[in-house]
Amino acid sequence: MVKFNAKNLNIWFGQIHALKGVNIEVEANEILSIIGPSNSGKTSFLRMLNRLNDLHPGFKMSGWLEFDQEDTRRIDIEVLRKKVGMVFALPLPLPLSIFENIAYGVKMHGEKKHQKISAIVEHSLKQAYLWDEVKDRLNISAFKLSGGQQQRLCIARTLAVEPEVILFDEPCSGLDPISTAKVEEAMLKLKKDYTIVLVTNNVKQAARVGDRTAFFLSGELVELDKTEKIFTAPVDQRTDGYIRGKFG
Amino acid sequence: MRNTQRSQKIAFFFLFLATLLIVVPVGLIVVIIIQKGLPAINWQFLSDIPRQGMRAGGIFPAIIGTFYLVFGAIVFALPIGLLAAIYLSEYAKDNLLNRIIKLAIVNLAGVPSVVYGLFGLALFVVFLKFGASILSGSLTLGIMILPIIITTSREALESVPQSFREVSLSLGASKWQTIRHIVLPNAIPGILTGTILGLGRAAGETAPILFTVAAFYLPRLPKSIFDQAMALPYHLYVISTQVPNVDEKVRYGTALVLLFLVLFMNLVAIIIRYNFRKKKKW
Repeated sequence: MVKFNAKNLNIWFGQIHALKGVNIEVEANEILSIIGPSNSGKTSFLRMLNRLNDLHPGFKMSGWLEFDQEDTRRIDIEVLRKKVGMVFALPLPLPLSIFENIAYGVKMHGEKKHQKISAIVEHSLKQAYLWDEVKDRLNISAFKLSGGQQQRLCIARTLAVEPEVILFDEPCSGLDPISTAKVEEAMLKLKKDYTIVLVTNNVKQAARVGDRTAFFLSGELVELDKTEKIFTAPVDQRTDGYIRGKFG
Repeated sequence: MRNTQRSQKIAFFFLFLATLLIVVPVGLIVVIIIQKGLPAINWQFLSDIPRQGMRAGGIFPAIIGTFYLVFGAIVFALPIGLLAAIYLSEYAKDNLLNRIIKLAIVNLAGVPSVVYGLFGLALFVVFLKFGASILSGSLTLGIMILPIIITTSREALESVPQSFREVSLSLGASKWQTIRHIVLPNAIPGILTGTILGLGRAAGETAPILFTVAAFYLPRLPKSIFDQAMALPYHLYVISTQVPNVDEKVRYGTALVLLFLVLFMNLVAIIIRYNFRKKKKW
């Protein structure tokens, strides 16, 4: 099943043409990794999927982007963002306690019963492999956690609103290798129930977790294929050059 | 090498000197007022009405009047100022109209207070027929402190990191929910700073209340918001320039009470702000 379908998608931020005629289909329950150098448009593409680009004052788009066969511009934006969660590059806890961080989205969507919220908080933290580390101190500030724990908290917070898709925007760029491994492990387990789009600067990470990999360069989609294919026999020379580390 | 060290020392010296020059006048004012005013302070001075043509008795009606006026000004200006600040920082697009609005607010802060007094006289006292009353005076003071409250509140709202807004929106919260639950709670300390500044200004100004509320001599307490009232700054002006043979310690005593009242109100706001900052988790 196709989750997202982008057809000839162009976007601009003021005068800057950030995505140029991109065509991508994101399949349900896959991990699609997006790699490419800085300013290649990979994050801009990711932020199209939950319409976070709309916040940018000079944002314009043309072309087509469907979520579940429906134009993303016609879906109620809060509904789209509830279904398409996002984990940001830096761990970004809200200035609240651990518990309130996870409960925030749930409460915003109208849940008032404390018992139900507690159950969701516990379940989400378990899914993100953080429960055992924080269960005794749910009421301390989320900023007291380590970087890796904060990022898993952010994953749990995203899971708590029960999305269908999770967007990861370079989720491990600020983390050490052990924390990175934990986040990757979480991603692989989540694949069963969620569709994952992962933007990463780390080519090896794409190779480790991605089912398919897309290579972006200067706002264009250069190549999209099964991950093994991209890393063993890429069609385009530029893809080959990038994954061999010739530029980036 | 030695040259850099020396110029650094010279720079430090002048920076320190400039800072000291700020502290000294403030300290002197406080010391002189306390020294000359403290002998006048006693229970009768604080709780009695003025007697013998304001040469004796107390200043209680003026204390109460100032308190009412400041309270009224804040009640009027804080909600309106805060709502305007939220609009300007969160909703207003960067277009000509909104730039004109922002410019107007900045300029409003520079208008002399006596002009506010005349404006209050024309609008509230005469046109809206509130008469010279606590209501007119509060509204005039409120308009005077609006720009302070709007500007500081806007800065406080804009200093809340954009990333918090993005996180909240990305979880499917609406824009208003994001403002209400994330932006506003984190901006409260800054908003209170603006309120403190406005409060002090409202308590101390004479010109805006001159035509709109202040009574020269009114030896009783106001009964409603449509009554005239005495106020400390105006009372101080009256006993210093208009009434002959007022004892010096009475004048300084009045100044001391005004100073203390402003400090006390600031202190309350600072304590509230401190409690909010303590809860802040980033």
